[in-house]
Amino acid sequence: MATFSITKPRKSRVLTGFMALYLVYTLVPLAWLVINASKTQPALFSTSGLSFGGTFALFDNIGQTFTYNDGIFFRWLGNTLLYVVVGAGGATILATAAGYGMAKYRFPGRRGVFAVVLGAVAVPPTALAVPTFLMFSKLGLTNTPWAVLIPSLISPFGLYLIWVYAADAIPDELLEAARIDGAGEIRIFLTVTLRLLVPGIITVSLFTMVQTWNNYFLPLIMLSEPKWYPLTVGLNQWSAQANGAGAQPIFNLVLTGSLLTIIPLVVAFLLMQRFWQSGLSAGSVKQ
Amino acid sequence: MTSTAAPPAPVPARRAPAARRPRRKWRGWLFVAPFMLVFALTFIAPVVYAFVLSLFRDQAFFGGTVFVGADNYTQVFADPKFWESFRRVLVFLAVQVPIMLVLALIAALAIDSARLHAAGFFRVVIFLPYAVPAVVAALMWGFIYGDHFGLAADLNHLLGTEVKPLSPSWLLTSIGNIVTWEFVGYNMLIFYSALKVIPKELFEAAAIDGAGTFRTILSVKLPAIRGAIVVATIFSIIGSFQLFNEPNIMRNLVPNTIGTFYTPNMYAYNLSFNGQQYNYSATVAIVMGVITAVIAYVVQLRGSRKEM
Repeated sequence: MATFSITKPRKSRVLTGFMALYLVYTLVPLAWLVINASKTQPALFSTSGLSFGGTFALFDNIGQTFTYNDGIFFRWLGNTLLYVVVGAGGATILATAAGYGMAKYRFPGRRGVFAVVLGAVAVPPTALAVPTFLMFSKLGLTNTPWAVLIPSLISPFGLYLIWVYAADAIPDELLEAARIDGAGEIRIFLTVTLRLLVPGIITVSLFTMVQTWNNYFLPLIMLSEPKWYPLTVGLNQWSAQANGAGAQPIFNLVLTGSLLTIIPLVVAFLLMQRFWQSGLSAGSVKQ
Repeated sequence: MTSTAAPPAPVPARRAPAARRPRRKWRGWLFVAPFMLVFALTFIAPVVYAFVLSLFRDQAFFGGTVFVGADNYTQVFADPKFWESFRRVLVFLAVQVPIMLVLALIAALAIDSARLHAAGFFRVVIFLPYAVPAVVAALMWGFIYGDHFGLAADLNHLLGTEVKPLSPSWLLTSIGNIVTWEFVGYNMLIFYSALKVIPKELFEAAAIDGAGTFRTILSVKLPAIRGAIVVATIFSIIGSFQLFNEPNIMRNLVPNTIGTFYTPNMYAYNLSFNGQQYNYSATVAIVMGVITAVIAYVVQLRGSRKEM
């Protein structure tokens, strides 16, 4: 559509080649993981890192991963799903409601809320984790799923994104019209607002999902029993098994477990590309 | 974060019956209150609690705690372990963050330039490592670095070099590589989203003025995305100061090189969980939180002042 040549330049092979180098750097570790998850433990040591070797044991490894130690991996997967669905789901709901409230209402204390939440973005979650642990242990919440779920419910970044998105995507006239028709505020939120916010909500839910799925520090300090571990903490425990007296290395299971941990998120991101990319660019309109 | 980060939300003046006004004024809380309730429990309460803890100290033999005022803070400032870990993350920050952000910026500019074949493919693949948990990334790279079935040994063999990524002198670089690998894509996406919304007229104007590709990047694109660059810088600084996951996971591989105070965050963690020194641990967490917040604030101020 542009009439100037600068906005529609020719494709450059040099640039593409240069970027392809970076692409290799990005993909080699992942390729390494896939290749080595398909090896038996002895073959891991005897064959070269980037070539298949020995028998193709991927499916055997997957079977072992799920059955090792009475199927604890399955339990960890279930825990992770629980933390993601309730934690990230709850975080998305709270951030959506609050972001909409901040964008479309003027109320006493609004500036205060803004200042506090902005301050919270600068306070790193890990700095809060130790004090939160100490507080939760006083409340008797540690080593229960609540200890992981409650802190996961807050996403200041999610609130910010919905706020920016709602300011643009929801015309005030629409809300006024609904009010004149006699709809209550909650009803307007459920029937009018939510539909208009869909790309923003999907973006926030994807990012909170990644955060919860990948969370390591919080569950590590909150949970002491393996039966409540999410995948990340469990995998590291398996990896630590290779050390110390009475070491029982299970490298092949650590690798296969790692691969299985990555797949759901990668699939989610690939399937929802259209949504999160448009949601993010809407978020940056205001910058 | 920038001055425009707070979207103004003009609510048109409504002509409502005077009696309903007071109630109407508060209805925004209907949506904000649930978030703020949980927020108070998970953000504000721990900060307050940590501050209270930092003013007390356990009495080793008598049991109970005593009020010690600022003693814990003076102890942190005189603690060589704390400063060693702090210097380490500072070095990490000074080297890793610029490399990562420049790579991300180049990638974003290339993908946005329309001169790249298969730009959409590049965008998705470069972003992909963000979806990989830090635990998996650290385990994976840790194995790759290792002598047993890693790639490092193969590469050394191929190039005739003697680089040992897990040796004490290389370890911080190796951790920096993991973090770079994880987060270039994320930062690229922040920059790319900002580049995409630059008004096209600006490029046309630059083209009329005879600006070439690099001139356009320097004079039009970079100034236009300054807000995004400031935000990405702040998040990266916070991430560096809070470095924990990667070194803590790699500790399994090199327990002798990565000690209990490799980073300030690991120090706070180990004080609590291996030393039961909760009061001192809370003090370390607060000191780091304050330092981080101050630096983030300064970066934001400098970043937005230039905008004027």
